[in-house]
Amino acid sequence: MRKVSSGSKIADRIFKVATGISASSPVLFLAAIAVIVLLQAMPSIVFMGWHFLYGINWDMGNLYGATEVKHGVTAPAGASYGALPFIVGTLASSVIALVIGVPISIFTALILAYKVRGTLRMILSILVELLAGIPSVIFGLWGIVVLAPWVGHKFAPLLTHLGAVLPMFKGPVGTGLGLLTSGIVLALMIVPIITATTRDLLEQVPILYREGGVGLGMTSWEVVRFICLPYIKEGLVGAVALGWGRAMGETMAVLMVSGSAINYLPHNIYSPISTMAAVIADQLDSAMTDATHMAVHALAELALVLMVLTLVTNLVARWLVNRGRSGRGIGAGVKV
Amino acid sequence: MIASARRVRRKWRSNLGWGFAWVATALVLFGLMNMLFTIVSKGLTSFRWNMLTTVTSGIAGGLQNAILGTFELVIISTVIAAPLGILGGVFVSEFAGSRLATVIRFLTEVLSGVPSIVLGYFGYLLMVLQWGWKFSALAGGITLTVIMLPYILRTTEASLLQVPLAQREAAWALGMTKFQAISKVVWRPAAGGMATGVLMAIAIGMGETAPLLYTAGWSTFNPTFKLTHEPVGYLTYVVWTYLDQPYPQARALAYSAAFVLVVIILFIHLVVRTLVWRTSGVRKS
Repeated sequence: MRKVSSGSKIADRIFKVATGISASSPVLFLAAIAVIVLLQAMPSIVFMGWHFLYGINWDMGNLYGATEVKHGVTAPAGASYGALPFIVGTLASSVIALVIGVPISIFTALILAYKVRGTLRMILSILVELLAGIPSVIFGLWGIVVLAPWVGHKFAPLLTHLGAVLPMFKGPVGTGLGLLTSGIVLALMIVPIITATTRDLLEQVPILYREGGVGLGMTSWEVVRFICLPYIKEGLVGAVALGWGRAMGETMAVLMVSGSAINYLPHNIYSPISTMAAVIADQLDSAMTDATHMAVHALAELALVLMVLTLVTNLVARWLVNRGRSGRGIGAGVKV
Repeated sequence: MIASARRVRRKWRSNLGWGFAWVATALVLFGLMNMLFTIVSKGLTSFRWNMLTTVTSGIAGGLQNAILGTFELVIISTVIAAPLGILGGVFVSEFAGSRLATVIRFLTEVLSGVPSIVLGYFGYLLMVLQWGWKFSALAGGITLTVIMLPYILRTTEASLLQVPLAQREAAWALGMTKFQAISKVVWRPAAGGMATGVLMAIAIGMGETAPLLYTAGWSTFNPTFKLTHEPVGYLTYVVWTYLDQPYPQARALAYSAAFVLVVIILFIHLVVRTLVWRTSGVRKS
């Protein structure tokens, strides 16, 4: 038997340690992000208290005047940070994105999984994947150049007819930059994620189940409706939550088409809004002029709220998707 | 008679359902095509070849600083993220027990779910302010690393898991250590997958804006080799800022930047597709 030389034993040990360190780096990054953002948000948390979550005024105060001390932290006189409009903007735009994007994604996934095959299927899958790879500024550019004018001049005036039934569709329509356009752009951005996940789930539905449905005389649509979709229910909810997390955290596209409203709650579906992510990106220049750094801390608290929101949705989503993937395999019994 | 009426109704409902599905697919494709068409047509009318060799000045000029800056940022982040991601993926797939692997995999997914603007703000707070690097290439590159790392780690692990256990056992049976087995045998079938992962991560990194706003800043000069204390320009910034300007030259610059960006990203996707196609073709034959 050939002996392993001590040199290669040491090399093996070093390699293992190096890979271990590398594998722990995402964990370290995650911990560092959480700690830094939380620490930097502390002064603002102390300064604003719970008011941060339900106040609607975002005001850096008089930057050239006297400072005031409140709860032991210094801020420019009159400074007040209320993030409610941004929280509402984030939730509203992402929910609109889901309302538009989820049905489209599920339908598209059904086509990809069951209706096309061979080359056509490959091409369609590649195109959907390509959509996921397009940078968000490109979505934003398209939103400004193509979508916003269309929404402002064509689509929104059409939707105002619904105003008689649902008051949120009532005018005025505005410029086209606002909640609805943000929602549509976000919908297009989350479609590839939800579609790809749903397609993978649909492909895991055992073919015997589907054949059973056909054997009972179901139409192909009834097979989908009563067998496939219920089978992937949990994973589907997870896929939607995954898309939701993405929609809430999206910055550039929303920043470009949202109309950047501040201190203003949306009153209809066309109102200009701002989301948490967009405000963080938008307010940097002004935040740097605050000598007490309170503006920087307030943005850090905004980042903290955003991170907690997206992390919770992501955790729930991963848990549901993984359960949908592995848990059902045992019950299915037959794998074809 | 009643039964057949019901059958007709069910058939129509089925047609209606699949009809909606086809419409939805067409809508997605229309959105993608419309977007690509807009970028290409706007880009072709405003792109000038000399934009590649001149730097931005005021509201007009060229894109050389932004293109070189983008490459500098992506090279820095790839140099850090690729080794970390690949070695990390090797650990998760080859060394970690199943419980530890699950934990690392899970936390990596959590990291990839953190919004990019939060990563950018983290980079700003830690590197730009606390460490005093100012807006700089290194701060931007490290922030991009955090975005690319989870992706590379996951794809590396996934492609290593595709390698059959028998290949590892064969290597071990020859008396190889785990390191020798991995470095001489196991990585070969997985190389295509790993390269794909790194390339896709590069494409993702190139398209990012939000994490760089706070860390890389913006500069109208070509990047130098100074890693800190000197801001660096990048393409996505041009798209975002110059589009808002009321001057046609500025908008033309924004369209051209978007066009260059899309061309580079499409090219990477094309390379990845060929790579995937070739490696899977080899496996079949």
